[in-house]
Amino acid sequence: MDEVLQVNGTCMTVFVPKELDHHNAEGIIREADRVLERENIHQIVFDFRDTEFMDSSGIGVIMGRYHNINLVGGYVSAVHVNERINKLLHLSGVYKLITISKEQGWSDKGNKKGEYYGKHQ
Amino acid sequence: MIKGIRKGNTMENTNEMTIEFDSRSCNEGFARVAVAAFCTQLNPTLEEVADIKTAVSEAITNSIIHGYENEVKKIRIECKVTEREMHITVIDHGRGIENVEKAMEPLYTTKPELNRSGMGFAFMEAFMDQILVSSELGKGTEVHMKKTIGCIGGIFE
Repeated sequence: MDEVLQVNGTCMTVFVPKELDHHNAEGIIREADRVLERENIHQIVFDFRDTEFMDSSGIGVIMGRYHNINLVGGYVSAVHVNERINKLLHLSGVYKLITISKEQGWSDKGNKKGEYYGKHQ
Repeated sequence: MIKGIRKGNTMENTNEMTIEFDSRSCNEGFARVAVAAFCTQLNPTLEEVADIKTAVSEAITNSIIHGYENEVKKIRIECKVTEREMHITVIDHGRGIENVEKAMEPLYTTKPELNRSGMGFAFMEAFMDQILVSSELGKGTEVHMKKTIGCIGGIFE
């Protein structure tokens, strides 16, 4: 399996899997909170480039991480957001808490996935 | 194809499907894909399929987390298509909901410690045309959802 988390200085990127439901959310929450506890993180980037399905469990993941990092003055963003995910973020009101980018973000997983760039524009 | 369905007695033009599975979180993906596959006979748009998948996923997650509180028991999904309507009923025999109205409020959750957003019922309401919840404490919960597929019209003359 691909790595889910990447830490660059004080920025942690979460590569959201293909499907983000209750089943997958539990693992991501565990991993992300483990890193947040250990490292000095000020920004969390959720990268949705591979994500085709999400439900309210995904909203819970973002809201929970926002709550944690907000306590230390950090912020949360979402990149490579497709129309579907964007709709869910707006319906739930999470868009007020985070910055959303539909284009290539500040994250970089390397050239391997380079061909996906621009897919959601 | 679609015109064919319209011919003849409409009462005969229904199709039903039932699945029952263990309330394990790993079955969520399978169950929503099964329902989505069943609804393709109505020739839905990709967005309508995504709507149904999300709504079904919310209902199942509710049953697993709140109904059975992670005990492994059975969840039953009954699907029925009539003409252009998709009916989905998700049934569990868990602890039931004390106050359905309260449970359906957006952002209300009884399990914030589990990173639940409280948006489950709100998403079901947003993505389906109609939702009916009947629940009895200690007996279980039934969530009935309905969605009309292709309501923009013009497909049938």
